[in-house]
Amino acid sequence: MNIANLMKIALKALNNNKMRCFLTMLGIIIGVASVITMLAIGQGSKDSIKSQISEMGSNMIMIHPGNMQRGGVRQSSDDMQTLRVEDYEALQSQTSYVDAISPSVNSAGQFINGNNNYPSSIYGVAPDYLDIRKVKVQDGEMFTEQDIRSAAKVCLLGKTVVDNLFGDGDSPIGKVIRFNKIPFTVIGTLEPKGSNSMGQDQDDVVLVPYTTVMKRILAIDYIQSLFCSALSEDMTDRAIDEITEVLRTNHKLKDGEDDDFTIRSQQELSEMMNSTSDMMTVLLACIAGISLLVGGIGIMNIMYVSVTERTREIGLRMSIGARGRDILAQFLIEAIIISVTGGVLGVILGSLASWLVNLIAHWPVSIQIYSVILSFVVCTVTGVFFGWYPAKKAANLDPIEAIRYE
Amino acid sequence: MKREIIKVSDLRREFIVGGERVKALRGVSFSIYEGEFVTIMGTSGSGKSTLLNILGCLDTPTSGEYVLDGTSVREMSKNARAMFRNRKIGFVFQNYNLLPKTTAIENVELPLLYNSSVNASERREKAIAALKAVELGDRLMHKSNQMSGGQQQRVAIARALVNDPVLILADEATGNLDTRTSYSILVLFQQLYARGRTIIFVTHNPDLAAYSSRNIVLRDGKVVSDTLNPNPASAKEMYDSLPVPD
Repeated sequence: MNIANLMKIALKALNNNKMRCFLTMLGIIIGVASVITMLAIGQGSKDSIKSQISEMGSNMIMIHPGNMQRGGVRQSSDDMQTLRVEDYEALQSQTSYVDAISPSVNSAGQFINGNNNYPSSIYGVAPDYLDIRKVKVQDGEMFTEQDIRSAAKVCLLGKTVVDNLFGDGDSPIGKVIRFNKIPFTVIGTLEPKGSNSMGQDQDDVVLVPYTTVMKRILAIDYIQSLFCSALSEDMTDRAIDEITEVLRTNHKLKDGEDDDFTIRSQQELSEMMNSTSDMMTVLLACIAGISLLVGGIGIMNIMYVSVTERTREIGLRMSIGARGRDILAQFLIEAIIISVTGGVLGVILGSLASWLVNLIAHWPVSIQIYSVILSFVVCTVTGVFFGWYPAKKAANLDPIEAIRYE
Repeated sequence: MKREIIKVSDLRREFIVGGERVKALRGVSFSIYEGEFVTIMGTSGSGKSTLLNILGCLDTPTSGEYVLDGTSVREMSKNARAMFRNRKIGFVFQNYNLLPKTTAIENVELPLLYNSSVNASERREKAIAALKAVELGDRLMHKSNQMSGGQQQRVAIARALVNDPVLILADEATGNLDTRTSYSILVLFQQLYARGRTIIFVTHNPDLAAYSSRNIVLRDGKVVSDTLNPNPASAKEMYDSLPVPD
């Protein structure tokens, strides 16, 4: 008895009981579809949290001047002037886990363009800032190292600033705007980013070379903070250690002394968000797994009834030469066909459901290849596992009794 | 001397039913030669079903020897007997035992599906030939539930013929049919007999003995008579003489 013949026999038998076969499949279909949909929703929300965090820069590290006691008086960190351009340069040359680094010196004030004026913040940064904060230049271009060296009076505008200063759709590129009476040439605009998770408008910014802010606006010789990005999210810790070491050496801090700077990263936030959504995914997968199990029991139930109902057929098959293992194989193949077909339909339905969830509820979904493979394997195993007992029962029937079974 | 298809000697079969020993066969011996049409008769409890099961290799005797086509069946394993049934025996049952919702040709192909040496095209060819032999060449694609009892039994006979067995075993093959249809089936068996097939027809209906070439009567697990019938009556004549129902 070869497999092709067995397949033929099993398919024929299933074909004779289409409705029952379909209802049995339904359990598996729903099981698989729910596994796929649930995991897709779980992964989708995880991805969306992740991308929100990485939009802020998941590998971003912020360095601020730290608390320091001066003669017993604790100073506000804003007043500290511990971070300097030399620190920036040292970090640039002495770190290996840091991908990009940019100083940041800010000031607020009124921008003026002809009749329009608008209050905004001016950020003095280095070109790397774009990488770190995941900001892109929409029109024009970023200022260069040359602009930084010359403390050039050039700027890039966020969308909100553009809208407020250039109301009537003019291109701002090449125009000159004024900030505190200092004229700045607009050399580019930034792609809109929208509000961040705190509700702050991330487009309400003006970027200029940090040297310009330091020398021409604030007249300071220290930098207010540093933004860095680690090579990747998981290297954040190592990057932080490295930065700490470089800064401590640079600041000549002795072993017992506290850091005179603070380093913060987004990692904690991202870890917390991930663990929450992981838990949710596991929960959803459990629910879906249970429905798959119930589907499997459905298969066993139907196969069991089917063996009893088809006792005469089994008897006949045995009397014309089917061996016990042929009967076993036939029923097992029937169970596997039901579960695998159910699995395929379940995958299709699950994908469809995920798509609908995305379309109607606007939930982010991401169908996982592993969930498709997993549910496929599980439903095949289910078919074999739950089909085995009834098939074994069929194979052990006595042909003499089976053929005369009423 | 014709080839000996079946040789049973001192066949005994005992069952334990409810702690009691029941002797279904108490020493049965006979030989059946190629081309014989044998009716085995007996009332219920005579042991004919047990004998049929053993002859059909579905069961093995408690003691005694059974040789089918030169091979002893007694020591065979379950699987070997299944193979043996597939190659050597064609069964015809009282209630046809066709697969439901399955076409005539697929029903007839069934035994060949369990014989991996027959490929798909051979299978189809043989099934069509067998159905033609039972005069159902025009009903190949009819499903079993779309056919009359007589037609269903013909399909069952075609199924028994399809693997070209050395022995056709019929168990009350006319038991479920009306008189006229029964005779039409008997006509078919006589045609097969005329073509040299070896047929064993187990029945409790004594009228059928006249149409076979040999009649073995069982009672209480023993052969009580074994008579040759050199001139079997023609089932065809009987069939023709019966009024056609309106």
